[in-house]
Amino acid sequence: MIVSKAKPFEKVLAMLQGVQKVGLVGCKSCASACAVGGEKECGEMKEALEAAGFEVVGIVLPDESCHKMLLRRELKPLVAAGAEALVSLACGSGCQTVAENVKIPVYPANDTLFVGQTERVGIFHEMCRTCGDCVLGETGGICPMTKCAKSLVNGPCGGQRNGKCEVDPNNDCAWILIYKRLEALGQLHKMEETLEDHSSRNYPLTVNVREAKK
Amino acid sequence: MSKLQQAFSAGAFALTAEMAPPKGYDFKEALETAALLKDCVHGVNVTDMQSACLKASSLGLCIALKQAGIEPILQMTGRDRSRMAIQAEFLSAAAFGIDTVLALTGDHPTVGDCKSSKPVFDLDSVGILKLLGNMEKNGTDCGGNALSSTPKFCKGAAVTPVYDPLFLQINKLKKKVDAGAEFVQTQGIFTVEALETFMNEVLRNNIKVKVMAGVIPLKAAGMARYMNENIPGIEVPQAMIDRLAAAAEEGKEKGVKGLPMAAGIDMAAELIAEIKSRDLCDGVHIMAIGAERNVPVILQKAGL
Repeated sequence: MIVSKAKPFEKVLAMLQGVQKVGLVGCKSCASACAVGGEKECGEMKEALEAAGFEVVGIVLPDESCHKMLLRRELKPLVAAGAEALVSLACGSGCQTVAENVKIPVYPANDTLFVGQTERVGIFHEMCRTCGDCVLGETGGICPMTKCAKSLVNGPCGGQRNGKCEVDPNNDCAWILIYKRLEALGQLHKMEETLEDHSSRNYPLTVNVREAKK
Repeated sequence: MSKLQQAFSAGAFALTAEMAPPKGYDFKEALETAALLKDCVHGVNVTDMQSACLKASSLGLCIALKQAGIEPILQMTGRDRSRMAIQAEFLSAAAFGIDTVLALTGDHPTVGDCKSSKPVFDLDSVGILKLLGNMEKNGTDCGGNALSSTPKFCKGAAVTPVYDPLFLQINKLKKKVDAGAEFVQTQGIFTVEALETFMNEVLRNNIKVKVMAGVIPLKAAGMARYMNENIPGIEVPQAMIDRLAAAAEEGKEKGVKGLPMAAGIDMAAELIAEIKSRDLCDGVHIMAIGAERNVPVILQKAGL
């Protein structure tokens, strides 16, 4: 899922300067799962904004805040209620999708961090940098593009120590993990290959599955 | 053919020394130091913002060295440059007669002194070597377009002999050599045993490459302890640290300065002499870390 964290409330207040009536848009998907845009967090944001003197005209909680068609319908009541600005409690994709659907300003309540894994409630790890050509089959299911601080494609640099990364010693060296995993799988020969380097990928990308099906 | 290549092909014990450009634009001191090295090494290896700390560029000082009649080795990391920028640097280097290069992945900006600099790492060390190989073979740039003239370089890389698991260094070394590395310089080693273990693996894997053992002359016990704690791949034995500490103690008693530095010079010379006498590898690369002026005396004491 997309992992986000809440911005400091003062930053949200600063963006809302000059605004009186605010509408809130959460997300039942990723932002709920990482506890930054679910029903509870939207309620807390409402209370905090009201305590700061704003009028919260409504809260909507779409199944996916990044679904443009879905949002077109869901946002109507907020605009109708006279919201002068909306606060998005989703990820960056959700926030932009909200903004594409309305003519009033939309402000993010969250900072979007990464595509990640939930280790357990409240603990998330970055797992995928969406490089566009998955190499996990070559690397024992461990992503060097994401888990190596330099996204190296030919094995580790000289900077690992006791299996830890020099960039952040809290992190494991991805290539040591890959080596151990490939060894356990009997696939150590895969270490001899150079992986494709996708660092020059152009963005933004678009995928059209409908076209492909035709 | 570069001086270093000539040394390799003549089977001579190859010698290089490393130096860093200044953190500024006045090359006077660097050129004076390099002039001292000119006649005792086969090449002066210029670092590319080593430890990710900002300095004048390697290419800049290499050009200045070349113009002063000193043989430079251009270090090139992938940390701060895309493949386009890397290839452009190599073409400019060739225009100034620089013919020997060392490809490195580079330290991450977060370990250096400009931590918010964007890490590039478009190509790692192997990728840079492949870029050069493709250019030389096909006369093309990184986009496959023809170059109007194509240089050829003597290509080197780095390797860390004290590494767990060593398999990973050997595996990557193979890739570097396959990609065209003719020589490698090692991370600083402090015992012949460490070098021997590594060389045995190189031979066992039948890797055909000239190996230059990295030698770091120690200046003080504190420096050795610091490197042991902070620099991956560095293992200074306790006996060496004790010898530096004893020299400091002796200096204090006698009121003489510079004894630990002198002990470091002696130890580096002893190590180099033993590497050469036992014919363990093809040469040494001295990383004096700011004390390059000591290199001639180290080599002299080593009998070179």
